[in-house]
Amino acid sequence: MADKNLTVEIVTPERMVFSEPAEMVVVPGVEGYLGILPLHAPIVSGLEIGVLKVVNGGKEAKIAISGGFMEVSNDRVVVIADTAEQGNEIDVLRAKSAQERAEQRLNNRTADIDAARAETSLRRAVARLRAAGQD
Amino acid sequence: MASARDLRRRIKSVKSTQQITKAMKMVAAAKLRKAQERVTAARPFAAKVKEVLARLTASSSGVEHPLLATRQPDRVLYVLVTADRGLCGGYNANIMRMCAGMMQQKPGSLVAVGRKGRDFFRRRGFTIESEFVGLGEDIPFGSAKEIGELLVGYYEKEQFDEVYLLFTEFRSAINQIPTAIKLLPVEPPTEDENGSQVDYIYEPEPEALLSRLLPTYIETTIYRALLESKASEQGARMTAMGSATDNATEMIDKLTLSLNRARQAAITKEISEIVGGANALD
Repeated sequence: MADKNLTVEIVTPERMVFSEPAEMVVVPGVEGYLGILPLHAPIVSGLEIGVLKVVNGGKEAKIAISGGFMEVSNDRVVVIADTAEQGNEIDVLRAKSAQERAEQRLNNRTADIDAARAETSLRRAVARLRAAGQD
Repeated sequence: MASARDLRRRIKSVKSTQQITKAMKMVAAAKLRKAQERVTAARPFAAKVKEVLARLTASSSGVEHPLLATRQPDRVLYVLVTADRGLCGGYNANIMRMCAGMMQQKPGSLVAVGRKGRDFFRRRGFTIESEFVGLGEDIPFGSAKEIGELLVGYYEKEQFDEVYLLFTEFRSAINQIPTAIKLLPVEPPTEDENGSQVDYIYEPEPEALLSRLLPTYIETTIYRALLESKASEQGARMTAMGSATDNATEMIDKLTLSLNRARQAAITKEISEIVGGANALD
């Protein structure tokens, strides 16, 4: 069964981001990171903001996603995410400034700041930077 | 009969109008192509969300969720999607007529997406609960999300018991259909025939997944409605401007014919005057 492969598809509302075969996928599940190998049992899982890794032929593709769902059945992995960006598409400068902005907001908390919102945008920025290999 | 000078002036004015309608037609055609691509690009995502939701509700029968709960429909909300601009044939009028009809049968409040619908109903003294105008040509998913969050908020706070979404379904450049769908409470899609009965592991449990998936489903439905409406708008504008251009051509032909007749009549008159004058001299 060594030649068995997964098919990975990542779709967002705006487009199909990724569609390639893979040996292994690691996704940021709601209850922790989750590795999917061929012949995995059918599963539907919610996804958190984080980095999704696709391993194929010793190479690793990193994709930043901002929450969504994953469905695995018959060696097909379908990820539906609000946004998904591959490492090389990410605007590092923008992500960095978003990170700084969010950190600043969390550090000087005042009543009119939406802390939950700042935290989500911080997590998104960190995920982007990690996917771009800039952590 | 109009003088030759008047006719020439009219031909000139019709010609310049025709140039404008022709340009608008071509712009609409280009935008239509883009809008259609976006509708197609959004399809796999919507299909997938629907599929997962269908499976989830089928496998976990008896799940309860606030967004699935039906209540006595006392307060109804209509979400009307129109264009921001006119000059697109009956596009705006059709969907607004449908909305007015529905509101007559079952009065309710309105959320206006698009300037035309907002202005129409505001002029008639309806209260507009909320409005989204100027979404632009490239509608981002974020706009659909914003609308979706607002509607879910209304429903959860029991401000409204039923939410309908009115938009124009795109069939082709010459065929667009005003459509109304019930957005809330969510009627879970049923699984299609090839839905094999696989036992899925759900993580977290189905109820928790459902409360994440349902808002996404609503947002996706709104997003699709926005994209379809945009494509319909451009299709309707293209057709309307195409026939305007054709009408202008016809008008120019008719005016040119009368112009030639008037010119010829003037010449004939002049000749007969000259001949008459010459005869008088003899």
